[in-house]
Amino acid sequence: MHRHPLNPRRRLVQFAAALAANAHLTGFAEGRIYQGPVKQVCVPFLNCYSCPGALGACPVGSYQVMLAMSGHSVSLYVAGVVTTAGALGGRLVCGWLCPFGLLQEVLARPRVCRLPVPRPLLWIKYLMLAAVLFLPVLLINSSTGLGAPYFCTYVCPAGTLEAGLLVGLRDPALRALMGPLFIWKVAVLAAFLVAMRFVYRPFCRTACPLGAFYGLFNPVSLWRIRHDAGRCRQCHTCREACPLQLAVDRSPNHPECVRCLECVRACPTAALAFTARPAPQDQPVDTERSKPRAAVKCRLNN
Amino acid sequence: MKDQRWISYGLAAAGICMLLAGLARGEAADVMQKAVMICLECIGIR
Repeated sequence: MHRHPLNPRRRLVQFAAALAANAHLTGFAEGRIYQGPVKQVCVPFLNCYSCPGALGACPVGSYQVMLAMSGHSVSLYVAGVVTTAGALGGRLVCGWLCPFGLLQEVLARPRVCRLPVPRPLLWIKYLMLAAVLFLPVLLINSSTGLGAPYFCTYVCPAGTLEAGLLVGLRDPALRALMGPLFIWKVAVLAAFLVAMRFVYRPFCRTACPLGAFYGLFNPVSLWRIRHDAGRCRQCHTCREACPLQLAVDRSPNHPECVRCLECVRACPTAALAFTARPAPQDQPVDTERSKPRAAVKCRLNN
Repeated sequence: MKDQRWISYGLAAAGICMLLAGLARGEAADVMQKAVMICLECIGIR
């Protein structure tokens, strides 16, 4: 259970991002997707472009489709968007902007949503990342010469929720085409919806290829969590505040961290900071200034 | 661990270069061409 109430500012940003990414509100009423020029914009988080409200394009879907098409080309545009976002803030996108991350947090039951995830399940998201990066060009239909966005086809619960339920079910023509694959996808979505009640962000932690990708950037992103060992009292308040129960004081930029920054807020001595500046112990030593201090220390010891 | 901000700057620069190269290749239009269609795979239709 969280000892500290969740940051209302973060929740506000999450809702604002979800609304901005899905601002085609008439689409929800009509069951139609937006088809205007803003669809060229690739958003840095998971948001199905077939959601009736979506204004932009999902990077996971766009990347796979480009790879699966006849040219089998890697989309530098999409790769550039996510690489830039990762290099700047790592999984900050997951914690502050992703609408599906918001959904998982809203549906969670605060008192019981901290059940641990078995470690092997955490590795599945890296398999998903590999599947997104390579399967569309490795598994090609021999007759058409085309691949497919396999993650979207078989796994993505955001697509099932946003495109399948909000668009597909409302369209008689699409409804007529639904078969076992749709039932499978609904079952995957249902499993994650149930898990969201008991586990903090189960999809992000076990199956999200974008989360896996951004997690690799956590230790090297420009803005990251800096731990000032000189200020830390080892009280472990940060560990208690972390919804993922990470040892923040030992590994402040763990790949699993979604950068909710609850640890930074909870730290009583301000030993944690989310900043682009290095922590004091990581800053280069100024030898000219440090010499006299060393001399004073020697004199005191004598 | 020593701070290695040059890695962050390098990755950000690489990302921006890829983004610009993609835009120059006209990939935004390709992305849009697919994104304005209903994604049958996302719904669960093959």
